[in-house]
Amino acid sequence: MPPELTQLLPASVPLSWYLVLSAILFSLGIAGFLFRRNIITVFMSIELMLNAVNLTFVAFSYHLKQVDGHIFSFFVMVVAAAEAAVGLAIILTVFKNRATLEIDEVSSMKL
Amino acid sequence: MLDTMFFYMFALLAVAGAILTITMRSAVHCAISLIASLAGVAGLYLLQKAEFLFAVQLVLYIGGIMVLFLFVIMLVNLDSAAKERQFHRRWAGGAVAAVLAGASALWLLSKGAPSFGSPVAQAAPSPDGNVEQLADLLFRQYLVPFELASLLLLVAIVGSVLMAKKRTS
Repeated sequence: MPPELTQLLPASVPLSWYLVLSAILFSLGIAGFLFRRNIITVFMSIELMLNAVNLTFVAFSYHLKQVDGHIFSFFVMVVAAAEAAVGLAIILTVFKNRATLEIDEVSSMKL
Repeated sequence: MLDTMFFYMFALLAVAGAILTITMRSAVHCAISLIASLAGVAGLYLLQKAEFLFAVQLVLYIGGIMVLFLFVIMLVNLDSAAKERQFHRRWAGGAVAAVLAGASALWLLSKGAPSFGSPVAQAAPSPDGNVEQLADLLFRQYLVPFELASLLLLVAIVGSVLMAKKRTS
């Protein structure tokens, strides 16, 4: 096999690849969070960022041969579930009161 | 070799899903792209021998949270919102911030790369599987955080029901 190909296709995936991928996913989450005007899509970007962090936890956990990282990741998922339930309830209430989901028009909690 | 090819495949799925999530016009399309991205990350979990998290990702994230998202998208009528401008007027500032955050993360990674060290040699392969190991750790060392998490979920259930129910005044 030519050396360039072995560099592209090593036998096992190095830790840094996972970390770079996770950084890319996190930046995409930040971009979506800052760009979009729709509350629901902003919320999805937050889920994207949480997911990128989970990937980092699992990558280090695999690298260090410990399962503690999986536990942290699990707790992040639990918090994400609670956050989704409460956040979507807030979104429903906002939509009921104002009939819009543009974040520019929902700048204060009070009507 | 095979690992690496699977890594490329799942990473491509995750990144493509993420890009579509933040660029698609309709919220339903965004949600479906996010499901693809989450599935890609789930595949990466499986690649790193995190079977339990793989299952949780599929059941809780894709089967629970994303279905909740889709329900809410159906409840709020977004047809008019899909026709409007999707991005802020000041999106350039956001782009600079996102690129800066990504660049700083990559720079810190390249600075800290020597401290990662070589992977710890697999001492003695644990006779238990991933799920057994996790259960051992979760119900012994992390018992208090586990109970606190259950309390948090209870508060979230009560709070979301209170917030979403109809006002009777």
